[in-house]
Amino acid sequence: MTAASPTFADRPAVQAPVIRALGLTKRYGDKIAVDRLDLEVRRGEVFGLLGPNGAGKTTTILMLLGLSEPSEGRAQVVGFDPTRDPLAVKRVVGYLPDNVGFYGDLTGRENLRFTCRLNGLPDAEADSRIAAVLEQVGLVGAADDAVETYSRGMRQRLGLADVLVKDPDVVILDEPTIAIDPEGVAELLALIRRLATERGMAVLLSSHLLHQVQQICDRVAIFVEGRVVALGSPAQLAERLATGSSLVEVGADGDPEHVRTVLEVLPGVRRVERDASDARLWLVSGVGDVRRSVAEAAGRGELMVWHLRRRGDELDEVYRRYFAEAEGRAAERARERDDGAG
Amino acid sequence: MTAQAEPAERPKATAEGRARRVPRPRSGIWVVAGKEMADHLLSLRFLILLALIALATLGAVYAAAGGLRSVAPEATGTPALFLRLFTVSVEEGQIPPFFVVVGLLAPLLGIALGFDAVSGERSAGTLPRLLSQPIHRDAVINGKFVAGLAVIAVILASVTLLVAGFGILRLGIAPTLEEVLRIAAWLAVAILYAGVWLAFSLLCSVLVRRAATAAFLAIAAWLVLTLFAARLTGIVADALAPVPANPTFEEVLANAELEQALSRLSPSTLFSEATLVLLTPQARSAGFIFEFQLVGALPDPLPLGQSLLIIWPQVVGLLALAVACFGAAYVAFMRQEIRA
Repeated sequence: MTAASPTFADRPAVQAPVIRALGLTKRYGDKIAVDRLDLEVRRGEVFGLLGPNGAGKTTTILMLLGLSEPSEGRAQVVGFDPTRDPLAVKRVVGYLPDNVGFYGDLTGRENLRFTCRLNGLPDAEADSRIAAVLEQVGLVGAADDAVETYSRGMRQRLGLADVLVKDPDVVILDEPTIAIDPEGVAELLALIRRLATERGMAVLLSSHLLHQVQQICDRVAIFVEGRVVALGSPAQLAERLATGSSLVEVGADGDPEHVRTVLEVLPGVRRVERDASDARLWLVSGVGDVRRSVAEAAGRGELMVWHLRRRGDELDEVYRRYFAEAEGRAAERARERDDGAG
Repeated sequence: MTAQAEPAERPKATAEGRARRVPRPRSGIWVVAGKEMADHLLSLRFLILLALIALATLGAVYAAAGGLRSVAPEATGTPALFLRLFTVSVEEGQIPPFFVVVGLLAPLLGIALGFDAVSGERSAGTLPRLLSQPIHRDAVINGKFVAGLAVIAVILASVTLLVAGFGILRLGIAPTLEEVLRIAAWLAVAILYAGVWLAFSLLCSVLVRRAATAAFLAIAAWLVLTLFAARLTGIVADALAPVPANPTFEEVLANAELEQALSRLSPSTLFSEATLVLLTPQARSAGFIFEFQLVGALPDPLPLGQSLLIIWPQVVGLLALAVACFGAAYVAFMRQEIRA
């Protein structure tokens, strides 16, 4: 597929966000699974809904598809309300569920044909579409094998084919990378990214594995206990957390006391301590990017540096910290409740 | 990925292209039903059921035909002789007649085709994918019921035809039109009876997550209602309307009527009463007949219309049970959360 592909340009421009949630809330009894969620996803954008298991990601997705009714708030997908008009939404949304399943005794092609029939596609058109998507996901060779012989990764790719065969405007992927080998993950993510860019689809994907998906997401929402605790591009989130200070791991040879003395007097450095998890490393915190000071010291021959890495600028770290903060707040609330009860 | 991978005739996002993607209304149920039927017909389960029912019924009819042949001289002139093929029990009930075999196995048919209908989709992880397609949610459960009923109809009809053909060969007599109509009416009631059990096992598959538990629940209900119901209703009737040592006519009648009313709660009673009347044209009632009621009655067989009138309550009862079970399954399925 090239940039000259006519499909993107031919689509009517949709100015409004393709997916929009306003105060979306879901309660199960006393438990709040999703708490006043606001979010917008635009065309051509890959949006990551990131959070630990049980954060309410799948519940959110089911509400967006009209498969679960919101307790409060509302959602809009391609201009339709999923609760009132689920069929209109399902016609243009491709959904890859968490742990997607297929009919094991049917072949991959037959499973896709069933999806096409459910979408009311004439058989001739369905066959040509199926052939095309099978090629896109690289399953042409296995298309006529029973799905029960497929590996986990092949099933996942068939799941993506199942989504694409509908020719959707919006794609929702629930934990698409789970249980696939790293190489397969990279391929799958590259495919998703390409589809969003070239076909102008909106992609909403949920994951609890940030480092896997961060490179393809335009924006991410960090979702903990049914709430968005942070929203923005991966770079923005990292910046917001860093707040001008940095934490750097340094590994250097030589007398430890000498290394400590040298590090302590470098410009910008505020504090130097041993890394609790790895005694060979020093943790240096300071104002600005301390790596520069350390590198300069190494250049002057004051230190024999064999390891230098900034902590806190990778999304995993961001996520870990947001998550830890939110957990801390939750624990606090729980304590308050207990105190109030006692 | 290359430019060639792009589908040649991807619909353009014009109004025309959009319109083409809109599925025909109410088509979902037929797509689901079509796939389910194909699944059933190709499954090992279907072959086992067909073989089981064919063997059991052929055995019954072979014995019945042999019995009829041996009494052929006396049987000459017996009205509706051909139908006796389906109802006659030979060797003092050692081999049950055809209608008893069907009465016993039709529930098994319904249970086998329904017990994992919804829970199977759930455990295979296909349910969320299925429900995210542009079909109404009830298309799934309606389609499954329609497909199950169609397969039941195919099995029961083919077995009945097989038996009738076999009977024609063995007995050398052809059924009259009246007899053919009676068999067709009976077949419809048998399909309805199996449909009750299909609806019940569908309900189990919606409510119970594990297919094995659902199957067990349905089979337990079948055993209780089919095999033990007669004993149970007797016990309950004796407790509620006891018969003293020197009973009056009214006391005995009250006991018997209560027992009959209770047993009619079971679909198997309704089915066997309907069978009896449909396949025995001489039968005047599905309940009790007293001697004084028969005074002056001609012992001629009833026409089919009259027999149908007699068993109409039974047919309506079966229909009501099927509707109640399917309605419960439908409502439960529509309200259920997709996630476990």
